[in-house]
Amino acid sequence: MAMTEQEILAGLGEIVDEVAGVPADQVTPDKSFVDDLDIDSLSMVEIAVAAQDKFGVEIPDDQLKNLKTVQDVVTYVQNAEVTA
Amino acid sequence: MTSSGSPFPPTAGARILSLGGYQPGNVVTNDDLAARVDTSDEWIRSRVGVVSRRFAGPEETVTDMAFEAGAKALAGSGLSPGDIDLVIVATCSTEASIPNVSAVVAHRLGIMAPGAYDLNAACAGFCYAMANASDAIRAGTARHVLVIGSEKMTAWVDPTDRSTCIIFADGAGAAVVGPVADGEPPGIGPVAWGSAGDMAEKITIADRDSFLQQEGQAVFRWATTALHPVALKACERAGVAPGELAAFVPHQANLRIIEAIARKLGAPQALLATDIIHSGNTSSASIPLALSAMIERGEVGSGSPVLLLGFGAGISYAAQVITVP
Repeated sequence: MAMTEQEILAGLGEIVDEVAGVPADQVTPDKSFVDDLDIDSLSMVEIAVAAQDKFGVEIPDDQLKNLKTVQDVVTYVQNAEVTA
Repeated sequence: MTSSGSPFPPTAGARILSLGGYQPGNVVTNDDLAARVDTSDEWIRSRVGVVSRRFAGPEETVTDMAFEAGAKALAGSGLSPGDIDLVIVATCSTEASIPNVSAVVAHRLGIMAPGAYDLNAACAGFCYAMANASDAIRAGTARHVLVIGSEKMTAWVDPTDRSTCIIFADGAGAAVVGPVADGEPPGIGPVAWGSAGDMAEKITIADRDSFLQQEGQAVFRWATTALHPVALKACERAGVAPGELAAFVPHQANLRIIEAIARKLGAPQALLATDIIHSGNTSSASIPLALSAMIERGEVGSGSPVLLLGFGAGISYAAQVITVP
C-alpha cells in the first residue's frame, strides 16, 4: 500500500537524522538539502541508499542530482510508488 | 601421474609470519594542497577524512618502496632471503610495464631465483596476492612467500585535480607468508573475491598519458552497498563470527566509505583501521600499511582474527580473515 506524504516525510526525517545527524524535526518540505541542511553529495548518496531500503524505491545518481529539496524526494518516492 | 611433483609437501594452511611498512618521508598536509588547488583543510577532512599523507620523491619508484617494505617484513620473519620461493607484488602504478617489480625487488633483497610476478587488482591487489600466496603454500608450490603491495599513485594523479589529488598517496606494505605447523588451524582464511567489469569505467587510467579518473559518487554508492556482504562471506568461510573479530582493516579508500561499511558489518567491537587519516589512499599498499601499524602500536594481539577487505578499480574486490602473527 502506498505511503502517505506524511509517512514518507517522517521516514525521510529518520534517515537524514541517521546519515547526517540533522534532527528529524528540521527536515521539513521546503528545506534544501545542500543550502539549509548542510548535506553534501556523498551524504545524499547515503540518503538515497537508505531511502531505497526504507521505501523500496530506487533513486539512481542521475535522478538524485535533481532532488534539491525535501519535498523533491517526497514527491519522487510518491510518484515511484504509483508507477511501481 | 603418480606423484604431485610439487617441490614442497602440501600443507593444511598458511599464515602471516611478519609484516613491514614503508612510507616516504615527505609529509603533505591539507594546507599544503590548499596552497596550490582550490580546496581547504575542512573540506578535505569532511569529504574523505584525510589530514595528511606521504608523497614519494621524484626519483623514488614503486620498486624502491617495495624493496623497503619487503626488507622490513623479511627481517621481522627471522627467515633468510634464501628461504623465500615466491615474490608477488601487487601494484597498479608502476613506471614501466616490463620488467616487473617483483623480480627486481627479489634480486635486490638477495632472494635467489624465486617465482616472481606482479599482480594488478588495483586497490584489492594485496588481498588477491595473499590468497595466491596461501594457495601456493597449501599446494606445495612454494614454502615461503613474500607478498608486497607498493604504489606511487601520485605518478598517475593530476596534481591540479582537486577531486583526486587530495585522496591518493604513496607507500608500500609487505607480509611474509609461510605454512602453519602440523595440527594448527590456517592463519589465512578462504578468500571471498569477485569483480564487476560492467563498472570498469568508474575508475580508470585510460592510457600512459592520462591521469586517474573516478566517478566518486558512483564508487561511493557501490562501495557502501555491495561490500559488506563480501566481508560477511569471508567471515563465514573462515568460520569466524563478525562479533569475534579483533579488527577490521578495509582498503583505506575514503574514511566515509570505511565507516559506512563498518556500520553495516555489525562488528562494533572490532577495531577499525583508519590509517587513511595520516596516510591517504595508497591503493594496494593501504591494507598492509594499516595492519602493520596496528600491530606495531600493540592494538591487536598475536593470534587474534582480523578481517581484510580490498576493493577498487576493475571493479575488483577480495576479503579474507587472517590471524595476527
